[in-house]
Amino acid sequence: MAYVAIADRDAQEYDHHEPDTFITKYVWSQDHKVIAIQYGMTAIFVGVIALMLSVMMRLQLGFPDSFSFITPESYYQFVTMHGMIMVIYLLTALFLGGFGNYLIPLMCGSRDMVFPYLNMLSFWVYLLSVIILLISFFVPGGATGAGWTLYPPQAIAQGTPGVDWGILLMLLSLAVFIVAFTMGGLNYVTTVLQARCRGMTLMRMPLSVWGIFVATILGLLAFPALLVSAIMMLLDKTIQTSFFMPAMLSAGEQLSHTGGSPVLFQHLFWFFGHPEVYIVALPAFGIVSDVLATHARKNIFGYRMMVWAILAIGGLSFVVWAHHMYVSGMNPYFGFFFATTTLIIAVPTALKVYNWVLTLWQGNIHLRVPMLFAIGFIFTFIHGGLTGLFLGNVTIDLPLSDTYFVVAHFHMVMGVSPVLVVFAAIYHWFPKITGKMYNESLGRWHFWLTFFGTYAIYLPMHYLGFLGVPRRYFAMGSTDFMPQSAHDLNTAITISAIIVALTQILFFVNMIMSLRSGKKSDPNPWGATTLEWQTPDNPPKHGNWGHDLPECHRWAYDYSVPGYKDDFIPQNVPASGDAPVGRDHGVHH
Amino acid sequence: MYITLIFIAGIMVTVIGWLLRQTFNTQPWVATAEDNAVSGASLDANSKTILLAGFLAVATSLFGLFISAYSLRMEMPDWSPLAEPNLLWVNTAMLVLASIAYQWARNVAIEGRTSAVRFGLSIAGLLTVLFLVGQMLAWQRLMSEGAYITGNPANAFFYMLTAVHALHLLGGLWVWARSTIKVWSGAEADTVRLSVELCAVYWHYLLLVWAILFAMLINT
Amino acid sequence: MPLAIALIFLVVGSLVFHFLSPWTFTPLASNWSEIDLTIDITFWVTGLVFVAVNLFMAYAIIKYRYKKGQKATYDPENSKLEWILTIVTSVGVAAMLTPGLFVWAKFVNVPEDAVEVEAVGQQWHWTYRLPGDDGQFGNVDTARITSDNPFGMDPDDPAGQDDILIYDGEMHIPIGVPVKFNLRSKDVLHDFAIAEFRVKMDLVPGMVTYLWLTPTKTGRFEVLCEELCGIAHHTMRGAVIVDEMDDFEKWAATWPTFADTQSAVAGNAAVGAAQYAVCAACHGQQGEGNKALNAPKITGQGEWYLRRQLENYKAGRRGTHEDDVYGRQMAPMAMTLPNDAAISNVIAHIQSLPDEPAPSTIDGDLANGARLYAVCAYCHGDNAQGIQALNAPRMAGMTDWYLASQLHNFKQGIRGKHPNDFQGKQMGFMARTLQSEKDINDLVAYINTL
Repeated sequence: MAYVAIADRDAQEYDHHEPDTFITKYVWSQDHKVIAIQYGMTAIFVGVIALMLSVMMRLQLGFPDSFSFITPESYYQFVTMHGMIMVIYLLTALFLGGFGNYLIPLMCGSRDMVFPYLNMLSFWVYLLSVIILLISFFVPGGATGAGWTLYPPQAIAQGTPGVDWGILLMLLSLAVFIVAFTMGGLNYVTTVLQARCRGMTLMRMPLSVWGIFVATILGLLAFPALLVSAIMMLLDKTIQTSFFMPAMLSAGEQLSHTGGSPVLFQHLFWFFGHPEVYIVALPAFGIVSDVLATHARKNIFGYRMMVWAILAIGGLSFVVWAHHMYVSGMNPYFGFFFATTTLIIAVPTALKVYNWVLTLWQGNIHLRVPMLFAIGFIFTFIHGGLTGLFLGNVTIDLPLSDTYFVVAHFHMVMGVSPVLVVFAAIYHWFPKITGKMYNESLGRWHFWLTFFGTYAIYLPMHYLGFLGVPRRYFAMGSTDFMPQSAHDLNTAITISAIIVALTQILFFVNMIMSLRSGKKSDPNPWGATTLEWQTPDNPPKHGNWGHDLPECHRWAYDYSVPGYKDDFIPQNVPASGDAPVGRDHGVHH
Repeated sequence: MYITLIFIAGIMVTVIGWLLRQTFNTQPWVATAEDNAVSGASLDANSKTILLAGFLAVATSLFGLFISAYSLRMEMPDWSPLAEPNLLWVNTAMLVLASIAYQWARNVAIEGRTSAVRFGLSIAGLLTVLFLVGQMLAWQRLMSEGAYITGNPANAFFYMLTAVHALHLLGGLWVWARSTIKVWSGAEADTVRLSVELCAVYWHYLLLVWAILFAMLINT
Repeated sequence: MPLAIALIFLVVGSLVFHFLSPWTFTPLASNWSEIDLTIDITFWVTGLVFVAVNLFMAYAIIKYRYKKGQKATYDPENSKLEWILTIVTSVGVAAMLTPGLFVWAKFVNVPEDAVEVEAVGQQWHWTYRLPGDDGQFGNVDTARITSDNPFGMDPDDPAGQDDILIYDGEMHIPIGVPVKFNLRSKDVLHDFAIAEFRVKMDLVPGMVTYLWLTPTKTGRFEVLCEELCGIAHHTMRGAVIVDEMDDFEKWAATWPTFADTQSAVAGNAAVGAAQYAVCAACHGQQGEGNKALNAPKITGQGEWYLRRQLENYKAGRRGTHEDDVYGRQMAPMAMTLPNDAAISNVIAHIQSLPDEPAPSTIDGDLANGARLYAVCAYCHGDNAQGIQALNAPRMAGMTDWYLASQLHNFKQGIRGKHPNDFQGKQMGFMARTLQSEKDINDLVAYINTL
């Protein structure tokens, strides 16, 4: 292994000059924890907008033609913006910009990111991309309604909402987001590689860091594909080049484009788009592993396998992109290759699931709120993963692609599952971030309604897909093969969706109430081993560690080690000693 | 025809593979004194160097995908090759010289010869600006011949790729300007050494990218 | 404990839902039973994993729930177990993938003896083409598409002369023989999908894609577009009717060849004037319309639209709904035009009449009307001028009370109910987004200002 003596530890120098004004502390802050919270709040803010958009869509699908503010035009704008916001501006930003920023330096035992100024810049550029995105709702013609995949020609051709300004702002916003992500991403990678504390070997890092680290690498290499396609589409749109635009008609008129290839766009888009799935999933995998191990009081089962699975999934995610394109008109012979690689990726993914379940086995499981969400994640992820085996298998994709089965599948696997992890993570680290405890019973209500509610949305939705109900339809109307009961099912799904959306109010109430008047938390209420729980202050202050950096003496999963009194040994406890004497690890049950 | 995409995918898998190799032959749950003693930095390099390396990886992905888009679009029947102006050879020579000048500036910066650094940086910057001006002249010449960006996808790619490459150079010139102003306003060579070293690498990288793009453009 | 029970409940509930669900695959109507078989295999493998892993997890949660004084087992890894799980998983994956690849190979390779047909997509309609007697499609080119040559046929290609052009949303194919659909788009991406056939494929402008199947059941199957193609994506419907071979050939013979469409004679306005006498009784001598007789203005309307409506009346696609009182009056009138030539003549006469804007009789909230019109403009144009390529008639300067009554009819399903009135069905979707009579009046009042 390549570990080297460091000459360059400038970022590790203890900064005695804490920022003192409100502005430098909370606005133009270079502290990774503040930036993490800024990222997280912004992401959750746009996420709530996207959630409301989805409720509007569900209202139309469940009660067609009952609301005058939902027209086909606005419906397709809701669909597009919901998808784009959730995938990019919420999940990517929250997992990497939010959790990545908060957890990497704390878990690695660093004072901050290696480039704090760049880190701050990353957030403000991200905020700019969000603002551009939101402005697009208010320009003439409104936001783009091209679907989140933005396929040309239709994304920039007449007949699609927002074809004048909406699509331009969308592409611009994505380009700005990519700049923000690159600044943040290079920072996370450098920090993980170079700024860990003494003794923190790569294989001693908690899986959260591994997941975020590999996801960041995927993002750095994959987002350029989106940038390339955005640039080329902008040129097609603004100065009439023909990268993607073929000779075609628009409302009966011949356009000046010739010979472009719409399928080329799809290749570039999914070359980004598939790794993007894992950019969201890998941090979730990592975080859930740590939450499970902590609350089961047991080491994560098969840690090495977990790391290798993250790496294998990350690598394989670059060679499966065309499984989104089985019926796109690409050379059909590619179906053989991509179906095979896609099903191969199921193996490391399945191993991760087994290992999570085996972590519970022979544990001592505390079913606190974060753990409920984490186990809920395992369930929904198993479901979403298994339905992926349907769609990844090229033959079965023929009847199922472009139907509600696809919608149900990807919402289960990269909507519900990562969001359950987001909640697990927020509840898990809330005492660290704020120094307060959340309200346990509100948290439980939040879990149960969200978990059952989302399953009630998405399980039946798969069956609409089996029936052949197509996605992205403003209204089904009378369709020969759709019985009335299928329309009724849509209404039931909408009711579940509204319940789930309203349930999220509980979460916000809990967060706000606990922040204002929550019980003061122990520094390490769960009895966790990882370094972020061992900070001298709770919540940690600027510079994280006080005067001395921690030293790492063991891996991140020394739970219930035989022969020790406590059921956990923090990573910074030397091998010779027992748990630190005189410190009360009153484990909160 | 999909070879380029798969090639890039290969590069990405290699990056992941490197990490994979780092993690074999460990038993992390066994705490060893050897592990306790490691520094927590995996690479023997300055963190800014790593930042640059990371950025170059991102840029490689970007240019690689452009090239891959180029090769896929080229397959379509309406492609008609562009006759690139010979001026591009002159521009290429400028960029080669700029790269050499930067390398020289780097060497003298390491030796601490401040006045030589001033000279080297100025020459490197001048040659780079000449390259960019030359690229603009090439655009003008093409347009005066009626080869507009909308005329053919080959034209469109030419304009787009040269523009993206030039933008990268402009970004480099910004860093160049900072260190150049610094040494001309009296700072010692030592204060800009790292910046000059990294910029030299960046210039070589962009020269390499240009060489590949140029070879591709004139051969197709 | 409640969590473990919840997990068990969800596993059992999912199984019950699966086996009791009335929502499942439509009855298969093609040869692709192998696809269904692959799905069944996948169901069994994944179902087994779903049940086994979740029940094991629920069991673990019960057995190892927190107890004071209990300590978890320290167990970093178990290579043997992990290897076994890897191998078992790989076997399961291979069991699903292998049949999938074989079926895909069959799908990719079209049988030599397949009957070739073509489906053409455009915003937001389906049309079709048959190769004609020579069994060969003529060359087509998007650049040649005009209103007179909607398929973009090459007039100089001999192979194209006998191509049968079906400018309609309904297609027939013969049962029991392999049929290859060549798929082509005039504008954006579309996707040709029929649930009962199981197979689907995108239409990509600039290239020809394909799918094939052997129909095994006669009947009518709805064609849906399944690739987002713009605002009216959900209204892009068509139909495929599977016939016995004889019926198929008879049906095909009723459609014109490309040569027929090129040699069609223009209507004669002078001859049409005599036939127009019948129309004049209600629509007026100058075609200006007459509210008392519920007859709209017909001058200034697109020739193609008048023709289609007359054909619709004649074929019973319009004016047959029992609540369509005035449509039922018009239907027998249309019958007085015996053939295409008569229709062309009378339309030629109507086109020769002066086009005076109809008086406006409806007032409303113009701001609300303008808001509602945003959706209409996608097809009917910003100035309600009508766009033939999108099958959208002119509305500006036309009879406003008639527009209102037709919107009402579309909304109520009085018009556009006939399964073969694809444009009417489309308009029904759109009219239903209007919430009230007030919305309709506001909209029509706004159109009056255009």
